Amino acid sequence: MKLNEGEIGKNYVVTGVLAEKRVARRLEALGVNQQTPVIILNKKGSGSLIIKVRGTRLALGRQIAEGIAVKEAKK
Amino acid sequence: MNKENCPITVAFVGNPNCGKTTLFNAFTGAKLKVANWPGVTVERVEGETSYEGHPIRVIDTPGVYSLTSYTIEEIVTRKCIEEENIDVIINVVDASSMERNLYLTMQLLELKKPVILALNMMDIVEERGMEIDLHRLPEMLGHIPVVPVSARRRTGLDVLMHAVVHHYEEGPQGIVVRYAPQLETKIGQVEAALRNRYGNMDNLRWHAIKMLEYDEEVYKDHPLNLTGIVDYSYEKDIINEKYNYIEEVVAECLFNKEKQAAMTDRIDQFLTHPLWGIPIFLGIMALVFFLTFTVGDYLKGYFETGLEYFSEGFLAGLQAMGVSPWLISLLVDGIVAGVGGILTFLPNIFILFLALAFLEDSGYMARVAYVMNETMSRVGLSGKAFLPMLLGFGCTVPAVMATRALATERDRRRTILITPFMSCSARLPIYVLFAQMFFGKHALLVAYSLYLIGLLAAIGIAYVVHKIGGSQQEDGLLIELPEYKTPNARTVAIYVWEKVEDYLTKAGTTIFVASIVLWFVLNMGPGGIVEEVSQSFAAMIGRCLVPILKPAGLGSWQIGVALISGLSAKEVVVSSFSVLYGISNINSGAGMTELSHILSLQGFGPVNAYALMVFCLMYTPCVAAIGTIKRETKSLSWTGGMVLFQLAAAWIMAVIVFQVGSLIF
Repeated sequence: MKLNEGEIGKNYVVTGVLAEKRVARRLEALGVNQQTPVIILNKKGSGSLIIKVRGTRLALGRQIAEGIAVKEAKK
Repeated sequence: MNKENCPITVAFVGNPNCGKTTLFNAFTGAKLKVANWPGVTVERVEGETSYEGHPIRVIDTPGVYSLTSYTIEEIVTRKCIEEENIDVIINVVDASSMERNLYLTMQLLELKKPVILALNMMDIVEERGMEIDLHRLPEMLGHIPVVPVSARRRTGLDVLMHAVVHHYEEGPQGIVVRYAPQLETKIGQVEAALRNRYGNMDNLRWHAIKMLEYDEEVYKDHPLNLTGIVDYSYEKDIINEKYNYIEEVVAECLFNKEKQAAMTDRIDQFLTHPLWGIPIFLGIMALVFFLTFTVGDYLKGYFETGLEYFSEGFLAGLQAMGVSPWLISLLVDGIVAGVGGILTFLPNIFILFLALAFLEDSGYMARVAYVMNETMSRVGLSGKAFLPMLLGFGCTVPAVMATRALATERDRRRTILITPFMSCSARLPIYVLFAQMFFGKHALLVAYSLYLIGLLAAIGIAYVVHKIGGSQQEDGLLIELPEYKTPNARTVAIYVWEKVEDYLTKAGTTIFVASIVLWFVLNMGPGGIVEEVSQSFAAMIGRCLVPILKPAGLGSWQIGVALISGLSAKEVVVSSFSVLYGISNINSGAGMTELSHILSLQGFGPVNAYALMVFCLMYTPCVAAIGTIKRETKSLSWTGGMVLFQLAAAWIMAVIVFQVGSLIF
């Protein structure tokens, strides 16, 4: 699934960054990589969201969130 | 080498918002602006300090997450580290967000220059009940010195400089991150190819790694044919391996991590609420302006009394000295009225910037980018473009410069186009004066409405440009949200003092000169000194504008003159009224009564006043802002077009306000 389809408060694990190359590199430099755990902290109807990743919070627009593939983390 | 006299060059390098600039200020005593979002430092800044007799040259670089070359900040920082003769890199690390920050550290360590780790924000780490193993951490980072500091509390600074002085002559650290065997083989092969072609380089490994990442800058500087060795970009693998190593470091060195970050999460539930986020933001801005007006007005009284005493005493003194009447008129009616009148608005300006500094330093400002993201993406910009606009409430000049943080030139220009519609602090005196003169107890509401009109006009214009330009909707917001924190008194004080200083400087230079020029054009005509102002040069110029300004309810030559002089700085609109009508203390009760009386005799009522304020809100920003826009866009024709556009927009809006307003009231 895509990150913007996730729910607030749930834990996910990144399975791939599929965004446009420039954005993907940027996300990777920010620590959003395969196997990185993320938590969705906040989400708006339009799909922009706030995630917590590697100890910091990132605000992402829908377009970017769509480019991040995730799966639910095992408890 | 005489090490006592040859300065050691130190570069502060770190992530955005990790406290580099605060630390730099603490060392150099400089008063650089610190803000809570990326893009504040967009150029490298130099300063000097010394420790135990060693002169030390310190360089502050823009905040970066990595040493790739995707953004302006990254390129500036990289150039600075590579080209300058940097003896020691101080890597400033936000200890409360180690995982993120250490990624840059890993890259710096590969540069083969002495690195010292300054663990900043240790106070926050302690407040949150976290602990860092300061023994194990340097061991895992190639035995570089690790110095806990707090830029806010100014602790650890001496230890850090001590480390610089004693570390800079030591050789650089060894290899910290060992990659997977196949990657290491590749690195070895590229290193060999590089050595073959360029001889021995001191940071061979770094160049090799960068080449495996397909880094354009490195290939530009050292062209090399690597077919057969590098068949695809290994960047992803390299990043992942660095992060894997960081995870090991964090697992071994950081304890009680997630314990108390909950505070920020709780606050964010309200401030970034999907529904309430925007109303809360508008409420906070309303509060800021409420404080600016009420508290500012409360303090203003003292300034007015002071100005009155000064003005009277000055006049009496000049008369006693037998100074000629025209010089007295220039000094008292021109300079004291013009400059002094502006100085009485200082309390309002002070409160405005105090409030903005609080919002910035607390960490709220970056949230606004998220809160406004949908609104902005509907007009084809990302929420990030809203940050320069917010800065525009303070001053258009830094706001225009902050657009550098935006990704594309197109976004930049569109943001620059709308930023001047955010009411800067120079427009505040105009609102304060005219709202109080003509709207009495509704003054506050009227002034707030102007801020809102500016905001709506900006968004509306962005929308129109977006529709005409036919670009697709964008939602590429990507921004880090800092933790909330109590604003630091020193940071706030520096920020506010800088603004107050700017304001005073402007009063002493631009407004001073404008007042003198204005006095001359008012008192001189084609035939020399005139008795009647209506025969002066100013009146002649002003009268040309009357037919144009009449439909907007601004059809008097005095207003024409005030608006033209306002191009030098918008406060000058207010000081022009002082000089034009010879009012010595325009911001006082008596001064306002006098001016509103004169104006109402000319048939100038509340509707005219509102049209005037709308015109001042929208028309071309001051010369300084235009100059900045020209520099930033590097286009004279674009800047000229913008000026014409703003004049037209101001005129149309003022005409609508006046015509519709006249029908209703």
